[in-house]
Amino acid sequence: MNATLIHHDTHDTRPENARAGSRPGTGARWLASDALVLITRGLRHTLRSPDSMITSVALPIMLMLMFVYVFGGAIEGGIEHVAPVAYVDYVVPGVILLTAGFGAAITAINVTNDMSTGVIDRFRSLPIGNWIVVLGHVVASLARNLFATALVVGVALLIGFRPTASVLEWAAAIGAITLFVLMMTWVSVLFGLIAKTPDGASGFTFFVLFLPYVSSAFVPPETMPSVLHGFAEHQPVTPIIETVRGLLTGTPIGNSAWLAIAWCVGILVLVMPISGRLFRRRTTS
Amino acid sequence: MENTVIREGMATVKPTRQAAIHASGLRKSFKDSAVLDGVDLDVDTGTMLALLGPNGAGKTTTVRILSTLLPFDGGEATISGYDVACEPDEVRRVMGITGQYATVDEVLTGRENLVMIGRLYHLGKAAARARADTLLHQFDLVDAADRAVRTYSGGMRRRLDLAASLIADPPVIFLDEPTTGLDPRSRQAMWDVIRGLVASGTTILLTTQYLEEADQLADRVAVIDHGRIIADGTAAELKQRVGTERLELSFEHTADLAAARTALGVEDLHVDEEALRLSTAVGGPDEVRDVLNALGQVPVRATDLQLSRPTLDDVFFDLTGQARPDGDGTRTTARAVATEGADAA
Repeated sequence: MNATLIHHDTHDTRPENARAGSRPGTGARWLASDALVLITRGLRHTLRSPDSMITSVALPIMLMLMFVYVFGGAIEGGIEHVAPVAYVDYVVPGVILLTAGFGAAITAINVTNDMSTGVIDRFRSLPIGNWIVVLGHVVASLARNLFATALVVGVALLIGFRPTASVLEWAAAIGAITLFVLMMTWVSVLFGLIAKTPDGASGFTFFVLFLPYVSSAFVPPETMPSVLHGFAEHQPVTPIIETVRGLLTGTPIGNSAWLAIAWCVGILVLVMPISGRLFRRRTTS
Repeated sequence: MENTVIREGMATVKPTRQAAIHASGLRKSFKDSAVLDGVDLDVDTGTMLALLGPNGAGKTTTVRILSTLLPFDGGEATISGYDVACEPDEVRRVMGITGQYATVDEVLTGRENLVMIGRLYHLGKAAARARADTLLHQFDLVDAADRAVRTYSGGMRRRLDLAASLIADPPVIFLDEPTTGLDPRSRQAMWDVIRGLVASGTTILLTTQYLEEADQLADRVAVIDHGRIIADGTAAELKQRVGTERLELSFEHTADLAAARTALGVEDLHVDEEALRLSTAVGGPDEVRDVLNALGQVPVRATDLQLSRPTLDDVFFDLTGQARPDGDGTRTTARAVATEGADAA
């Protein structure tokens, strides 16, 4: 076809690379490239707000130190009959989950920020899939929280945490934590889409911060009053903590692993389509 | 892809006066209220149309629909021949939009914003960087390039935002009130940039509340009110319809006002009985002299005399055929708009 010939004859003053580069826009290669650009953006946001990084690492570490050194002595004796282990070994898996959950909740603030400022319009005016913007936040959250978790584990090892896990068990524990972070991140995306202001979205992070208190994170649910006990046994955080604890310190896991997977996958299956629909609605009006 | 090449090639070889931006019968309602009630627009390739109208007239809605950001209820629209409703990705590839609120990432630096957007337009890494450099230079943002955008002034943000929409060098640009809220110096700088775009052959649809801005920049002006285009023409044509300058006289007593009214006896006379003012259109110094001579025939004393150019308000009252509402508020607003424009110029 001589169309190409004609094109070469034109006196196009616009940069050739811009013209040529902007043409093909679909296909897996560009999808991956777009995702990478937006994940980089998400990571930059994390690195540019060291205060939130410090909060999401320092807060769990302080809680851990407080529970181990301040309450630990008293708690250890009180829970001996149900959890006959060193308290530091009991509490660290709980703190890991608290770190990951709290860190993931920050995603809600990031999403609300995007939606409430004009920046989402800029992305929408580009020839890319809009949901990649959300994907950028999700992947950045995964990276951020696995990093924060590693830091917390490092400090835990310094204060006497002695995991008994094999390489395989470590891998499984990391897998469980990743699944948990993914689940919490998507729930955060939903809250971020619902919230009208970043302040509103930050309320969600506090809710998430307190969820582990009424679980098996700090004390075995058996030691709680019956109403709390019932809630603690049947909320998603407990089976995930029990799974991670079992993998890392060798306590019995029982059916916690299956329950943990069921909770995470169940919530993801529920939350992802709702978030998707809400995102579409918020971006087309 | 082959298609695109053919389209571009044909358009250049056989320059038809094909409209780069076309809309007909565009309708949009939010809940029960119609915001756009059949908007027709055509902007020829390489020209600039100013969409002039007050707040709530439907300017932003029109631009958001044409730039694929908002679905519409009826009518049809094409950008460079691509259907806005059916081919949104093609449309996004040939247009850029700069909104009323800067749509840039506050956390990232100016340079990072531009490179990121360049990458999302699928420029290579090196090409995106080079393009960002060029634009930072062009928009006088080199010194601030590596600072977080949250430290930018309003004018800088607006310039960065415009630069962002030019990354892929789109042939069509939408500018939604690009100078609203800017100080006169920033506004002037923005005007220079926009003039440069027109000179390079870009097709532009600009919305504005300022007659002055439309007058300064655009080839053609379309006036929008209540979701309909009520006038369309060159700025000169529009002004002609509104009349030229107006001479405004203030009086101390009702009797003086009445006497002056009788003495002038012309048809085009706006009388504000409460404020004791009247105004009439004057075509030039000769007509001013005629008016003053007519007043000299009767014993009236005017306390103030003012010559004012047509304002956006005048355009609207003339075009919509509505009676000019009396009262100070409107006139003050009208003058404020005119003054603001004059300051910038």
